Amino acid sequence: MKSFKLDWLILPLLGIALMMLAWQVSSKTWAKELPTPQKTWEVSKDYVIKPFERRGEMDQGILRFTWYSLVLVAKGYALALLIGTPIGFCLGLSKAFTKTFDPIIQILRPVSPLAWLPLGLVLFLGAGKQASELGALFTIAICSMWPAVLNTAVGVRAVPQDYLNVAKVLKLSRWKTLTKVLIPATLPYMFTGFRLSLGIAWLVIVAAEMLTGRPGVGGFLWQEYNSLIYEHIILCIITIGLVGFVLDRLMSLVESRFKTA
Amino acid sequence: MPYLELKSVSKAYGVKGSRTEVLHDVNLSIEQGEFVAIVGYSGAGKTTLMSILAGLIRPDAGSVTLEGQEMTGPGPDRGLVFQNYSLLPWLTVFENVQLAVDQVFPDKSPAERAAHTTEFIELVNLGPARDKLPRELSGGMRQRVSVARTLATNPKVLLCDEPLSALDALTRANLQDEITRIRTLHSQTVVLVTNDPDEAILLADRVVPLTAGPNATLGRSFIVDLPHPRDRKALNQNVRFRELRRDISSYLLNSRQERHATVTRTLTLPDIEPEDLNIPRNQLGRTRPLRTSERKLATVEITP
Repeated sequence: MKSFKLDWLILPLLGIALMMLAWQVSSKTWAKELPTPQKTWEVSKDYVIKPFERRGEMDQGILRFTWYSLVLVAKGYALALLIGTPIGFCLGLSKAFTKTFDPIIQILRPVSPLAWLPLGLVLFLGAGKQASELGALFTIAICSMWPAVLNTAVGVRAVPQDYLNVAKVLKLSRWKTLTKVLIPATLPYMFTGFRLSLGIAWLVIVAAEMLTGRPGVGGFLWQEYNSLIYEHIILCIITIGLVGFVLDRLMSLVESRFKTA
Repeated sequence: MPYLELKSVSKAYGVKGSRTEVLHDVNLSIEQGEFVAIVGYSGAGKTTLMSILAGLIRPDAGSVTLEGQEMTGPGPDRGLVFQNYSLLPWLTVFENVQLAVDQVFPDKSPAERAAHTTEFIELVNLGPARDKLPRELSGGMRQRVSVARTLATNPKVLLCDEPLSALDALTRANLQDEITRIRTLHSQTVVLVTNDPDEAILLADRVVPLTAGPNATLGRSFIVDLPHPRDRKALNQNVRFRELRRDISSYLLNSRQERHATVTRTLTLPDIEPEDLNIPRNQLGRTRPLRTSERKLATVEITP
């Protein structure tokens, strides 16, 4: 198709308009329980216009909820990277390590966050009030770790032999080889992994909050479902999507900065 | 006593069954301050020979000695200029050289080291490009950075592994002059590997042909008794130069013809016997047709 002026703006808007139309038609015809776009806006207005207001534990502005979720994600994600990146390096550097742990990783990797969360809660039963937060952190970390682990491992294996020869000829110590050659050479791969991990961490947070009932976007969504306020479910879905999209964009900006290296 | 010496070095690659000997009984001795060029076909094992000299590869047999000491691993005393530059792409020109300087002179003060680095960047005429990244440089400039990085470590021997083969002819001529200049400046011992006899004769004091592989070995030395400085334009008319070039080229060509290379492989001959249908299946553990694939260890001669 021929491109025209402002097509980068008009075409996406057209897509959104078509989606809204389909939503409107659906709620009028086969899905009577689905609130119309207009009704959704009217009911959610308060949460969007005053996004940081705090009216009660589970009745707060949408950005305030988002903030709670983001903080929890940030903690779990940081934990995942702190644990995952060294494991990735070990996998990339040592064949024996790979042979020993790769099967375990392949088995743990596809396990759903919904399956990990109860275990996380059990693990931190002794922590009392903190249990739900620690459980959620555990779940986010263990679910979002794998892309970082695997991409780092691939990156380490892909470091050109030439660079390692330079290190050998200069007799760089192991530590210097790691910091001056291996890590910089692996960075582009690592950040690809980090971006994928962040996507998963954001997916997991919603599930974790729904099950634990913590205040946050996911917790709010589940509560509003139980209170039969379906408009807010849609509000939450849109918020989750937008935040995930923004996070991904931000990470790919960081990623492309390291790609050029 | 020779400065750098290779004694009956052999190296083979591959696993049992299909093992190819790349280098066979290589002997070479080099005096201090000498410029030796090794000329050979591509794929003859030139890079393998260089990696052995640098210590990146251990020979299967034989030894490498520098100043009478046997070399068992890589080290900055044998500076290697890589065929593909091998600059670290995330470091600037200065940082690439500085990495080597920091490693080799840990006792010097940071200011001294920076000065040392700058000196060698200036030596290869890259002063204005010191803060550029390798990707912003042309091929010739990258190779000059690589030369600067290697020289900055004050190596006892400079090993150049086809340093100019990836460059266009004009840049190459430029860099050849530069190598000659630097070499006379420091009376550096140099081993240059190249596939170009002209380049070898132009630069070196002695040219040693590497016979065609596999089983490559070093042939007799050709002393280049042309006076320095050598002018590339005048050289083409020089009778001695043309003689040398003819001799070296014909030596290399002959070595290729005389080559009797063999490859040993385990061959699996296909099963072409029809199945005997009189023998019943599914009895006495026999569940599938009998296969009588024959395995043979065959030695095949490769003719050029």
